[in-house]
Amino acid sequence: MNIHEYQAKQLLKEYGISVPEGGVAATPEEALQAAGSLGSGKYVVKAQAHTGGRGKAGGVKVAATPTEAAEFAKQMIGMTLVTHQTGPSGKIVRKVWIEKATDIARELYLAVVLDRTAQKLAVIVSPMGGMDIEAVAASNPELIFRTHVAPGQKLWPFQAQKLLCGCGLNAEQMKAGESIIRNLLRLAWEKEASLVEINPLAVTGAGDLIALDAKMNFDDSALPRQAAIAAMEDREQTDELELEAQKHGLNYVRLEGNVGTMVNGAGLAMATMDVIKMAGAEPANFMDVGGGASAERIAKGFEIILSDKNVNAILFNVFGGILRCDNLATGVVEAAKKVKRQVPMIIRLEGTNVAEGRAILEKSGLNFEMASSMKEAAEKIAKVAAAKG
Amino acid sequence: MSILVNKKTKIVVQGITGREGMFHTEKMLEYGTNIVAGVTPGKAGQTFMNVPVFNNVFDAVRETGAEVSIIFVPARFAADAACEASEAGIRLVVVIAEHIPVTDMLLVKNFLKDRGTLMIGPNCPGIITPEECKLGIMPGYIHKKGSIGIISRSGTLTYEAVHQLTGVGLGQSTCIGIGGDPIGGMNFIDLLKLFAEDDETEAVCLIGEIGGDAEEQAAQYIKDHFRKPVFGFIAGITAPPGKRMGHAGAIISGSKGKASDKIDAMERAGMTVIRNLGDFGAIVAKTLRG
Repeated sequence: MNIHEYQAKQLLKEYGISVPEGGVAATPEEALQAAGSLGSGKYVVKAQAHTGGRGKAGGVKVAATPTEAAEFAKQMIGMTLVTHQTGPSGKIVRKVWIEKATDIARELYLAVVLDRTAQKLAVIVSPMGGMDIEAVAASNPELIFRTHVAPGQKLWPFQAQKLLCGCGLNAEQMKAGESIIRNLLRLAWEKEASLVEINPLAVTGAGDLIALDAKMNFDDSALPRQAAIAAMEDREQTDELELEAQKHGLNYVRLEGNVGTMVNGAGLAMATMDVIKMAGAEPANFMDVGGGASAERIAKGFEIILSDKNVNAILFNVFGGILRCDNLATGVVEAAKKVKRQVPMIIRLEGTNVAEGRAILEKSGLNFEMASSMKEAAEKIAKVAAAKG
Repeated sequence: MSILVNKKTKIVVQGITGREGMFHTEKMLEYGTNIVAGVTPGKAGQTFMNVPVFNNVFDAVRETGAEVSIIFVPARFAADAACEASEAGIRLVVVIAEHIPVTDMLLVKNFLKDRGTLMIGPNCPGIITPEECKLGIMPGYIHKKGSIGIISRSGTLTYEAVHQLTGVGLGQSTCIGIGGDPIGGMNFIDLLKLFAEDDETEAVCLIGEIGGDAEEQAAQYIKDHFRKPVFGFIAGITAPPGKRMGHAGAIISGSKGKASDKIDAMERAGMTVIRNLGDFGAIVAKTLRG
């Protein structure tokens, strides 16, 4: 789960890491008030949406007065921010964060991330803050410093010093940096984050270290015991259909194509999308209905797939295994009857009682064709999709 | 021969009287798996399908000599169950559950490492040595005894691959689902080392997916050390970046974890990469039989 910058900054503050003074606003009036309470100086108005690259998309502006800040807030609130990370549908902006502008001398990068390769938490530091860390990794890999911390292990002072020594900090700043790293590690561990990133961590003109932007991602599996984090969820930042699917225990991701897919198991669901593409058609979605999909769940899945108006055919690929194909077939038939919009279906069933399953489908009068293998299923669906244009 | 488990392996089922535990214990027993004990706290003295139930793994190990455990308790109890098995001297634990928090898994890994316990999973279908030992939730009937080893991050995708292999007459030595989570037990390389030592295994299939770099690491290992033929498949060529595709670990983060990079790494390592899942069995058969 992702959270907004203003929520991340609130967490950083709780963990003793300095962030600029600021406030969150959902209306221009609140923005005026928030800026006004910050005293004189310049203000930075930042659109709150779950994406990077907000600056380039018009989601970050510097105001000279509270009135101007309110003006920018008015422009941003309600806008859909489209960045290189959001895809064409963008992310809706409901709130802005307004903070006092910081006098920036230099920008550093600091993150604690779950390192899958090392199977440990990694601390990553770079003097090249303010830019995409992947771009730094490509252009200046020697300027990225990294160390691993196993659970229960502390970060030793020498490790922190080694991480920070390329950042051109004086003795006092080194100490401050070490404390920030330690606090960030504690935050990541206690709140069960898979990523906490401060980018940039600014060195101010006065020599202080302060977090100017933050991005955090939390382990979904830990949310049931992380109530405070779970409460930060902004459901509006997730696609409507994806939310609906989540509610019913379905894994669904919307894509751009026109061939809907319904599959049991995540790996097989991905591989099914891939074979559709290789057969010359475009998948409209990823959908994993899970192992023990009931008739109701399958019905809901159908409804969700068909809510995407681009879908003009569906490939149903189920490797029943210990699930019985006759049960699955009953589910499909019931589901298709409930959903009004009919599109051609290619159905590939494999597993226990496959003959009974086929018989149920054949009696149903549905507009479908059976396929006996993945290859055949992909070829058939591509033909159907092409015919539909 | 086979790796990790065979028909003699003595197995304890943790959570044997739960809904999942009962269902799968029955299937495993039907397959011929040597289940010697079950564990459910407070139910010692009962039996399930003639398998004695104990209050804890310590009692089960002492009374039956169980050496491998499969865990069917719900996700929030699974980490504790894995550590209990390890402390009781179990050599290998198989964790099926999905949605175990990552911090728990990090702690479990350390706990097990200190005690020399191996782990498969979590979020996986388990292990099967065909016609000997089914230790998991996979459908037994699609498997056939033979000489292909399989290591996979996915469940049903593996069933599909196995089904095709069996269809072309190629049996399997042992099939292992290592799971779809970012933090897990044994990885591709750990298992390749075991397959290298196993005389019965003539070739190995690696079934991977987007996310992380386990496949790239494995490809490098194969290039440097592994001398049997290896086939590779990667799911998620069409997956968009930044979206979790079902499995917690199946996500392209920035430019990392893309299918194309994994496929390139596998090809550079001299592996035979199967791009279209529909061709899986046919390509393996053609390559091995010439």
